[in-house]
Amino acid sequence: MTVNPVAVVASAQGLGKHVTGPSGTLTILEGLDLQVQAGEAVAILGASGSGKSTLLGLLAGLDSASCGEVWLCGQQLRGLNEDGRAELRAGRVGFVFQSFQLLPTLTALENVLLPLELTGNEDAASRADEALERVGLTPRAGHYPRQLSGGEQQRVAIARAYAPRPAVLFADEPTGNLDEATGEHIIDLLLDLRAESGAALVLVTHDARLAERCDRRLRMHDGALEAMA
Amino acid sequence: MTPSTWRITRRLLRQDWRSGELYLLGAALILTVAAITAVGFFTDRIETGMIRQGGELIAADLAVDGSSPAPADYLEEATRRGLVRARTQEFPSVVMGREGPQLVQVKAAEAPYPLRGRLRVHDGFSAEERTVEQGPPPGQVWVEARLLRLLGAQIGEEVGLGESRLRIGAILSYEPDRGGNVFQLAPRVLLNAADLPATGLVGPASRVKHRLLLAGDIGAVDAYSTWLKSRLPVNLTLVDGRTARPEFESALNRASRFLHLATLVTLLVAGSAIALASRRLVERQIDAVAIMRCLGAPRHLLMRVFVLRLALFGLGASLVGCLFGWLGQLGLVATLADWFGANLPPASWRPALVGVATGMIALLGFAVPPLLQLTQVSPLRALRRDLGTPRASATVAVLGAVAALALLILWQARDPDLAWKLLGGVALTVGTLVVSVLALVRLARGLAGRTRGVWRLGLAALTRRPTFAVLQIAGFGLGILALLLLAVVRVDLLKTWQAGLPPGTPNHFLINIQPQEVEPLRAFLRAQGIAQPDLFPMIRGRLVRINDRLVKPSDYQNPRAEGLAAREFNLSFADRPQTDNRITAGQWWPAGTTEPAFSVEKGLAETLNIKLGDRLTFFVSGHEVTAPVTSLREVRWDSFNVNFFVVSPPALLGAESATYITSIHLPHEREAMIPELVRRFPSVTLLNVDALLKQVRAVVDRGVLAVEYVFLFTLAAGVLVMFAGIQASLAERRTEHGILRTLGAGRRALLGSLAVEFTATGLLAGLLASIFAELTGWLLAERLFGLQFGFNPGLWLTGVLGSGLLIGLAGTLATYPLLIRPPLQTLRQAG
Repeated sequence: MTVNPVAVVASAQGLGKHVTGPSGTLTILEGLDLQVQAGEAVAILGASGSGKSTLLGLLAGLDSASCGEVWLCGQQLRGLNEDGRAELRAGRVGFVFQSFQLLPTLTALENVLLPLELTGNEDAASRADEALERVGLTPRAGHYPRQLSGGEQQRVAIARAYAPRPAVLFADEPTGNLDEATGEHIIDLLLDLRAESGAALVLVTHDARLAERCDRRLRMHDGALEAMA
Repeated sequence: MTPSTWRITRRLLRQDWRSGELYLLGAALILTVAAITAVGFFTDRIETGMIRQGGELIAADLAVDGSSPAPADYLEEATRRGLVRARTQEFPSVVMGREGPQLVQVKAAEAPYPLRGRLRVHDGFSAEERTVEQGPPPGQVWVEARLLRLLGAQIGEEVGLGESRLRIGAILSYEPDRGGNVFQLAPRVLLNAADLPATGLVGPASRVKHRLLLAGDIGAVDAYSTWLKSRLPVNLTLVDGRTARPEFESALNRASRFLHLATLVTLLVAGSAIALASRRLVERQIDAVAIMRCLGAPRHLLMRVFVLRLALFGLGASLVGCLFGWLGQLGLVATLADWFGANLPPASWRPALVGVATGMIALLGFAVPPLLQLTQVSPLRALRRDLGTPRASATVAVLGAVAALALLILWQARDPDLAWKLLGGVALTVGTLVVSVLALVRLARGLAGRTRGVWRLGLAALTRRPTFAVLQIAGFGLGILALLLLAVVRVDLLKTWQAGLPPGTPNHFLINIQPQEVEPLRAFLRAQGIAQPDLFPMIRGRLVRINDRLVKPSDYQNPRAEGLAAREFNLSFADRPQTDNRITAGQWWPAGTTEPAFSVEKGLAETLNIKLGDRLTFFVSGHEVTAPVTSLREVRWDSFNVNFFVVSPPALLGAESATYITSIHLPHEREAMIPELVRRFPSVTLLNVDALLKQVRAVVDRGVLAVEYVFLFTLAAGVLVMFAGIQASLAERRTEHGILRTLGAGRRALLGSLAVEFTATGLLAGLLASIFAELTGWLLAERLFGLQFGFNPGLWLTGVLGSGLLIGLAGTLATYPLLIRPPLQTLRQAG
């Protein structure tokens, strides 16, 4: 299989993940194939424990596969060590987590600055200001995560994810910890920013409404993916 | 380093500080550096001050002794370095009085002798003693009171000295530098060096002891001493306050050892606090690292950021520590101003540099290994919290801590013997502590199975995480150990040290007692109400052979060895060793033995390279006496008891002609009996060492006070370790309590279980600490300081019960806030 580095931002072929526990080997993913095109929004749905988050981790290079191949931003992950994968992610991959994962000791602005500074971005400050403004949190720039509501924290996380202008954004249950109204707002923001930036979005969710608004929906079942109508 | 590394580091550091993440680590570090620098600044000043006090014993800061005058370039160099100097010459001679000639020891001194200390004189037998700044003016001699009696002369009379006639100007009662010659038999005559040429007594071949006295700024004296040491020929000897007298040297060494020991204990205990605080800091960084790894931060960048962050923080905390150390020593010096007066020299900057370096080494050694743990954090943890904490390699952590500790102890101790003993002790303590805690935890587990309610919950909490229990009990144990050592060293050891110079310590030596005078003298002293003293035989003998090798002064490079080889020794015989002697090698002979044997003082044996089993031959009263060395002894010269370099069984030297010597304590109000003693026993010489005794006692008292002060830092470090232990336990139990409370566990039951857990922890820690404190105290006293150590049951009671109560109460109170908060809040905080 050949991968066009421009058209395909993330792909997996024959991907498998097995873990060895006290009761023997457990298969989480088996022979999974997936391609995510640039600018595409893909929703992955499935029951708890079906391996959605594991797939997300493997696609983003946070974990190593037991078998199969993964390409991220045109580069094959096999053969890259932990640091090589981190360097590949830097500036190209964004994350939004269910539990926000902001650094509690940094302000909202500093949290947004972090990925920009990690990549040595020249205009980190202006980009961070811009990203915060885009999510409507400029007045809260100096606040610490504990001083923000759940929805505000997730908006900071979205600003942090989009600020480096990534090629692909991985979101793990981004509305899972939020009430319905706030969740709605976060979905709008995520998709609007996706449209504006042209980044691909790989979304793991239980939220059917959120999945409905993506270009493609896939269901995770028995360690494999199947397309949904 | 990239600008972004620098920016991220700075930001994280600032936020760490604001959020209080680094307070505990900061406190531990500041305390370590403050202790090191306070002791550094303080000992720097005190040791210099003490050497100056010691300097009074040579009437200068430094002296150069020799059988010929010091070369002219020595004098020029001293002048160039801004040192004050004076020369003295000493030699035996004869003065002519009305009742004939009298053998005397003459000292001719140049102005401004004495450079340190003051001379004291009387203007008549019944006149008050007065202190004078300088020696006699030209034309005068000052003489000892007994010379006046022997000459039958009065103050103001003239006496003949060589070709001159000089007027007796005063009775000389105290010379600061007389200490070194306390056993000279001939009475002293002090004259101005300007009068010496006219006496015609000193010619090129005369047997004169020349001494060049030097004094001045400490830095200049040290520099001069260094300059001189490299070019000193073997026939000249450098003397300073420390080497002036063994009594003084012994007391100074002991004070110095106590101080360094106190610093090392503080370093050890504070090091544990640093290690505990670092562990907590690292645990709280794991999530942040996982997120940063997710965002694409490579491992090397994170390590750079963390090490830089730690180094900057360490530097800041060390500088604050230096400031506290500086203030600490100022406070102490102010308290001791009465003793040191204006003489205490200012501290150098060196202790601050040492303090900062110590802080950085301690931080890197104790904190970097746990930091390495962070490189193992998987970015996947940002997605899945259930991944848990990566375990740092225990080997790396232990190696880091041991390397830092060994480096610091070896560096700080300035005494390899003390350092190795302490390191060995630490290794043994930690090893035994871990094994004992594991055994006790197993025991507690057995107990937990047989109990119910809060007891079961509390004991189970203690045994559920054995590694954590070991860490916590070891931490508490160290803290309690520090407190108990404070009690052992501060109270018991220091009292033992002070007790070495009790109020009844001998202050007079009676020498040259003839055998037939022994019994009458005893009777006389008894009649005067003087405590019955031991009289020791004293036999003069020159060491002529060690095994088959002839002893020649020229064979020795060391001037002290050369001197010892050249002179006659005072030998003695006895059935049992002096009470303050400790046999360090071989065995003392059984009473009544007829086997020939010698017991040799350890220092002398080292100087003359005498080994156990060597055969020594002395030339005594015209014949040779040979015997093997069967034991080596350590002698407490600062006890003011009569002691000898070489002792034999009575069967070997008992038949030799001997005089006797004793030391007695003569209270001031009984000094009136002295004239009667001199009249009844004319050949007996009475030497007053009261002034010297007072000086040594002052050193001891100052040393005790200084050590007590330094141990305050150890105390603070102990408290900090315990606090760090409780803090670490808070993080561990936050989730647990949240869940237990959510499941309906009552506040009272949880409080009870906490009290049981912490009290049990405290009791175990206290038990172990008491054992180690007692052992350490014994080892330090017997092995290191050569003092008798008494078993202290009170220590065990305080150690075990006090620790149970203290840790039980402190732990429960510190954890209590977790119980009064709503369970959801506690769980959220636990994350």
